[in-house]
Amino acid sequence: MKKILLLCFLYCFGSFAFGQKYATEKGQISFFSDAPVEDIEAINSVVGSLFNGSTGEIVYILKMRDFIFPKALMREHFNEKYIESEKYPKGTFQGKITGFSASATGVQNVRAIGKLSIHGVTQDIDVPGTIESVSGKLHMKSKFFVKLVDYNIKIPTIIWQNIAEEVEVRIDIIYKPL
Amino acid sequence: MAALICSTVAFCQDDLLKELEQSEKSETDYAFQTFKGTRLVNGHSVETKPRGTLEFIFAHRFGPLAGKMYELFGLDDAQVRLGLDYGITDNLSVSIGRNSFDKTMDGYVKYKLIRQSKGGRSFPVTVTALLGMGNTPLYHPDLEPDNFEYIDRLSYVSQLLIARKFTPNFSFQIMPTLVHRNAVDLDEGKNDQAAIGVGGRIKLTKSVALTSEYYYRINPVNYDRIKNPIGFGIDIETGGHVFQLVMTTTRELTERAFITETEGEFKDWNFQFGFNVTRTFQLKHK
Repeated sequence: MKKILLLCFLYCFGSFAFGQKYATEKGQISFFSDAPVEDIEAINSVVGSLFNGSTGEIVYILKMRDFIFPKALMREHFNEKYIESEKYPKGTFQGKITGFSASATGVQNVRAIGKLSIHGVTQDIDVPGTIESVSGKLHMKSKFFVKLVDYNIKIPTIIWQNIAEEVEVRIDIIYKPL
Repeated sequence: MAALICSTVAFCQDDLLKELEQSEKSETDYAFQTFKGTRLVNGHSVETKPRGTLEFIFAHRFGPLAGKMYELFGLDDAQVRLGLDYGITDNLSVSIGRNSFDKTMDGYVKYKLIRQSKGGRSFPVTVTALLGMGNTPLYHPDLEPDNFEYIDRLSYVSQLLIARKFTPNFSFQIMPTLVHRNAVDLDEGKNDQAAIGVGGRIKLTKSVALTSEYYYRINPVNYDRIKNPIGFGIDIETGGHVFQLVMTTTRELTERAFITETEGEFKDWNFQFGFNVTRTFQLKHK
């Protein structure tokens, strides 16, 4: 058992020591809700993320309260009624990126596979994206849809026309090497 | 071996997440929405309007239930305050209003001094300062003495609103208050009235909450007619509107009036129903 632990430790340590890791320099995660009555776009520019270029592991953390909306009331309702940010303050993604090669240049098409946690619910997702390597930095982009029911987010029937059942999530982050 | 690699991969991922969590500075989390509206029942809550938002408040108080069937339990008679609140910054609001009861025009400046927070900087309560002025042009030629001047129509209120959101569903507020009237009836005899208010909110669902408010007068006038005001409300939120259904012992909606001139009580049907309807408009976009 000790040997296995030691092996685990070495494996991890090894991958950390020799793998190139990247952290968020700047960027944002936004979502867009396209509903009959109004379109809502919210932007979170305080996203924390770490990416291990050699193993492909990637993690994201964001705080729900950091989403900025065009109207103050939308932000209030988002936090208090839908995402319940006092109970579930953070959203996380923990997974792996496949199809990325540290040595390749230009735009690479990749996939992110892992667990997305929002509103206290964790779902397995598999979404497409691109990574472009620009002078040592990585520019990561992705666009995918999140269904509100999958994360147990309920919209009252009285305003169902104001909020889409599926929101488009956009990720646009520049990473710098650590 | 495959299992081993799998487990180490999972192990590493957890480490990456932990590393990220640790690298995030211990940020300060502020309590938000201690109350739904800027008013608890009749008086103010610690809340101010966010920057660039304008709120229209239509407050309506029926007559006392004592009117029974003859006055349809007070529904025949109505007093109204039309008000506008605007957020200059997220912490500074101004407000104006006009009351039909005694034709008082009121104005307020409200500033959030400190917010309840935890984490990096922690503070147990939210504190808001309120300064208000009222102008009562109600014309009483037979009551006004010869040397009655316009300035005698003015009254002032200064209030410290201190609130804590104990849980997402329970908030509590205390409000030390000083009301100053430039002129008072001789038998009411006091220009300065100190009071301490207590109030709270219990959320029943995400959109429905119970609120209550009570003001205790510290130096009451020696005059039985005037009572301490009590109010209860049910807040119902639907999109951009907030409806507050209230039951209060006062028909008046400025601090001067409801702290120093409340005559009703929860006895002998001497209280009334009413409602506040608010509509918020976003004038400036972020």
